[in-house]
Amino acid sequence: MGAELLRVEDLEVSVGEKEILHGVDLTIGRGETHVIMGPNGAGKSTLAGALMGDPEYTVTSGRIFFDGEELQELAVNERARRGLFLSFQNPVEVPGISLENFVRSALEQRTGKKIRIWEFRKQVRKVLETLQMDRSYAERDLNVGFSGGEKKKAEILQMLLLSPTLAILDETDSGLDVDAVRTVSEGIREFQKDRSASLLIITHNAAILNSLEVDAVHILADGRIAASGGKELIPVIEREGFAEYETSQREEAGA
Amino acid sequence: MSEGKTYVEDVNRAFYDFRFEEKDSFRVQSGLTREIIEQISAEKGDPAWMRDFRLRSLEIFHATDMPLWGPSIEGLDMDNIVTYVRPNTERMHTKWEDVPEDIKDTFERLGIPKSERESLAGVGAQYDSELVYHNVRKEVAEQGVVYTDLESAMHGEYGEMIREHFMKLVPPTDHKFAALHGAVWSGGSFVYVPPGASVEIPLQSYFRLNAAGAGQFEHTLIIVDKGAKLHFIEGCSAPKYNVANLHAGCVELYVGENASLRYSTIENWSKNMYNLNTKRARVEKGGRIEWVSGSFGSHVSYLYPMSVLAGEGAACEFTGVTFAGEGQDLDTGCKIVHGAPDTTSHVNTRSISKSGGVSTFRSAVVVTEKAEGSKSSVSCQSLMLDPISRSDTIPAMDVRTSKADIGHEARIGRISDEAVFYLMSRGLSEEDAKALIVSGFAENVSKELPLEYAVEMNNLIRIEMKGAIG
Repeated sequence: MGAELLRVEDLEVSVGEKEILHGVDLTIGRGETHVIMGPNGAGKSTLAGALMGDPEYTVTSGRIFFDGEELQELAVNERARRGLFLSFQNPVEVPGISLENFVRSALEQRTGKKIRIWEFRKQVRKVLETLQMDRSYAERDLNVGFSGGEKKKAEILQMLLLSPTLAILDETDSGLDVDAVRTVSEGIREFQKDRSASLLIITHNAAILNSLEVDAVHILADGRIAASGGKELIPVIEREGFAEYETSQREEAGA
Repeated sequence: MSEGKTYVEDVNRAFYDFRFEEKDSFRVQSGLTREIIEQISAEKGDPAWMRDFRLRSLEIFHATDMPLWGPSIEGLDMDNIVTYVRPNTERMHTKWEDVPEDIKDTFERLGIPKSERESLAGVGAQYDSELVYHNVRKEVAEQGVVYTDLESAMHGEYGEMIREHFMKLVPPTDHKFAALHGAVWSGGSFVYVPPGASVEIPLQSYFRLNAAGAGQFEHTLIIVDKGAKLHFIEGCSAPKYNVANLHAGCVELYVGENASLRYSTIENWSKNMYNLNTKRARVEKGGRIEWVSGSFGSHVSYLYPMSVLAGEGAACEFTGVTFAGEGQDLDTGCKIVHGAPDTTSHVNTRSISKSGGVSTFRSAVVVTEKAEGSKSSVSCQSLMLDPISRSDTIPAMDVRTSKADIGHEARIGRISDEAVFYLMSRGLSEEDAKALIVSGFAENVSKELPLEYAVEMNNLIRIEMKGAIG
């Protein structure tokens, strides 16, 4: 196991009045890939949002440490600057800036260094190729008029260019056809080549994980981590679903 | 766009806010009397018809009531406005070296000579009440294009043409400030593009008001003859003072048969300015007028460029953005009269309000009985950046024929938290995230502008967004 990068301690998170996460513990080491699976409504996206600092979610209790620093007090952009990245389930369309210019200025903001346009363009083109996206996407306004699949690919493109230390992928595979899942998976594998980069992949579909190295799998059900294990958990889930974890959770709560 | 264009970078508020000691050579007393008008007329060496025109306009001014339907202009006391300030230079120059140092420095800071060298076909620069510089590229002049100040043109071979067109589209009886303009107008530009001539790169006039408590009343008269083509850019700014300044300019545009004119404005008056400007175009058969209008400055604005589509198949396109911040009440929009068959108009505007600013979109589309087969679409979108700001939409339509296709769409919204979160998650600060969203919202206008102006507009948005976070 790599040196600790992220540690979540007994995290409770609410949306409005409603508590969604009831005490989540999670530790991710440097260079590790963790997977979170779980049924709809279990709180997977809430966890992703809370880590990134989505104002929609309120952390009511617990702590989050990232690279030794407590995240709670940091603004969203400060978290990004420290190497956190979230691939959105529904990326927002932003007219007025091209995908390429946006990523370049985001990178400049993060690093504080001016980036050479032509070198960056070469890099963008290479990533577009990996993701089987047409070159024209770099020139198009950020996510504007992109299909669902292209939006997801554009998220992976941003991840690859921004090279965060921890990338959280919130159901990046949902709504993608088989080919697109394979392409996105290719992009993630590219990201894994950087041995110090960590991933937290949220999904309820095992297909995207087939060709990836996975260090740990956690089952999130009813706002708690119901089980953790290695890659061997994945086929079990595929066969049997989450029912077992949900029930056991309820029983525990009732006991 | 070619490499090496001018970029107006790193603009900060101080960019427009510098001012120089008022070294004018002559100014009239504040207020409006027959004596003052006669004095201005004599000072300017008007022909007799113009002197009479001024005096008649003054009478109309005194006989006309203040407008009561728009934003308050109570803070404007005409008795305290100096209507004529001659800058400290004997005459208009055609070389920047000859322009007095402080005035030249003003325009240098605003980037005008640089733009002229790099991307304009001609430039006019007005400082307070008079043009201090006018020049046009040789190639353009050789096409027969005239670009000069109205005063000297009035005495030359175009004198009769000016007399025929001056304040015929916007008569002094139009409203109180049109009458005021008729009485005290000074400076501005005269452009004549002969039949078939096509000016591929833009001409620009820049209006700078340096004197505190003064008014600027420039008159822009453009005649684009049959089949000719022109892009004209107007820029304006002033340093901030604690007393009210007044801008009551007038723009008259005559677009001939199958001619086309694009008139772009980036207005960034200081926030003590009352901007009561009147702009109007008349478009003949098959002609086309395109307005691109960015309103950022002034304390109060009344600005509704009007297009009279007088000939069959004439077309108008209006693209505008208005940004009202703290202490600003900007009432902007446009008016279109479809007066002939098969005329078309497209209006597309964005307005943004923040920090208690008020932005009102006001439009009027009139389709006369003669305008069968005409089409009009009006789309206005507003963005309010906080709960204390205000945005209103007042679209009026007066359609007198059933054989026309008229559409209207309005949307008012706020910046989505989700979009801000998304951009911040990539490392942008909240301020930059919001500025980016606002720039994107205003993109309909910026994409219509030449690159350097688009950059300037985005910089203005960035300046306006500073301190918007709270």
